[in-house]
Amino acid sequence: MANDSVGRTFSVALGVCLVCSVLVSAAAVSLRPTQAINKTLDKKRNILMAAGLLKSGEVASGERVEELYANINPRVVDLASGEYVNEVDPVAYDQRRAAKDPAQSKVVPAAIDIANVKRRALHASVYLVSQKGKIKKVILPVHGLGLWSTLYGFVALDARDLNTIRGLVYYEHAETPGLGGEVDNPSWKALWDGKKAFDENGAVRIEVIRGKVVPGRPETQYQVDGLSGATITSRGVRDMLRYWLGAEAFGPYLAKLKERGVS
Amino acid sequence: MADKPRDVLFRPLFDSNPIALLSLGICSALAVTTKLETASIMCLAVIFVLCCSNVAVSLIRNFIPANIRIIVEMTIIASLVIVVDQFLRAYAFEISKQLSVFVGLIITNCIIMGRAEAFALQNGPGLSFLDGLGNALGYSVILMVVGVLRELFGSGSLFGVQMFALAAEGGWYAPNGLMLLPPSAFFIIGVFIWALRSWKSEQVEEE
Repeated sequence: MANDSVGRTFSVALGVCLVCSVLVSAAAVSLRPTQAINKTLDKKRNILMAAGLLKSGEVASGERVEELYANINPRVVDLASGEYVNEVDPVAYDQRRAAKDPAQSKVVPAAIDIANVKRRALHASVYLVSQKGKIKKVILPVHGLGLWSTLYGFVALDARDLNTIRGLVYYEHAETPGLGGEVDNPSWKALWDGKKAFDENGAVRIEVIRGKVVPGRPETQYQVDGLSGATITSRGVRDMLRYWLGAEAFGPYLAKLKERGVS
Repeated sequence: MADKPRDVLFRPLFDSNPIALLSLGICSALAVTTKLETASIMCLAVIFVLCCSNVAVSLIRNFIPANIRIIVEMTIIASLVIVVDQFLRAYAFEISKQLSVFVGLIITNCIIMGRAEAFALQNGPGLSFLDGLGNALGYSVILMVVGVLRELFGSGSLFGVQMFALAAEGGWYAPNGLMLLPPSAFFIIGVFIWALRSWKSEQVEEE
């Protein structure tokens, strides 16, 4: 058959490749701006949820998100010293990308790597939430391994004592829907509000226990109900909070804030 | 092969359903059916890809050299899937986040390759379009049935709207956790095939 000649084979292959590559690149290039907007909006939406300015599941338009986001001041912190880094643009800084770059990150030794982060960025993004000109909450990014996936989220601390948790949201994970995926459940997330992260000695005490928390005990303030059927995800949540709030990560920053007040 | 347009369009719905009779495309039917929302977007994506790929393959069927036909089909399918994926990321960001890799995996969905090989290579673009639409709808029927059952019994809701009051929120319904795990889709598809074969007994293979 003439179709099977070498020339025909090459020309058909080339033609198909050309048409397909034009199609794919046209779609990718023309849609990229919209996708980039979606991505930033999604992150802002999640920060607003952690800040409690947006209810979970609330559908907010792009303008509304931008309007609320005016209350949030992003900063970049050097984790080792706990000081703000002014040379880095906080809006453009991508902590997740930095964590992959050997020049901007460090290996977390296995012995202390309770959250299984492997590498962490030297600098971290933090978000200061103000209302009526006063800083009310400090939002810290956290991530760590669950059962199937790394969960990425934000924890909000009350700016008055830097101890009371005001919210915990995850914006990216791939845990089992209905089991570990219940980290997205609004009623579970509501349990975090008012819990204490640290004990009187300043050690990270927060934990996700098995089953339901018994009210009225001294340890109640440090405990959150476990997710039923998701022991490993629950453990992952506890460990990542302990790692990120601990001395290895945000500890120095939180200590600095306590010393000289939140600013 | 049935050549009447009506047959080409409607036969794949129940008479030769790609999942139930041909056992193609089961993998994605397990993965995306925990929620109806994701399942329906997946159906739309497959409908688009299958129709377009069938038409495209059919248009160039007289030019494709036999020795590279599979790779040519694959290139066309992969390009279409990337386009769909880009569109979802731009206009349905939330859902594309939930579907994650499964949109990309439409490339390996055997139904699409199967229809290109079995139908589009022998028939004109019009009939191929109908065949693509019919098969994609046949796939969708199963995804929807599985999705309704899994979301209703697994989370007590349909399209995210709560139908049963959950025990965890003070209601009466204790969700069935098995429904949220992939094996439940196997059971549901199995029962569906059994029901279909009791209704259309000609589908039962000879012993």
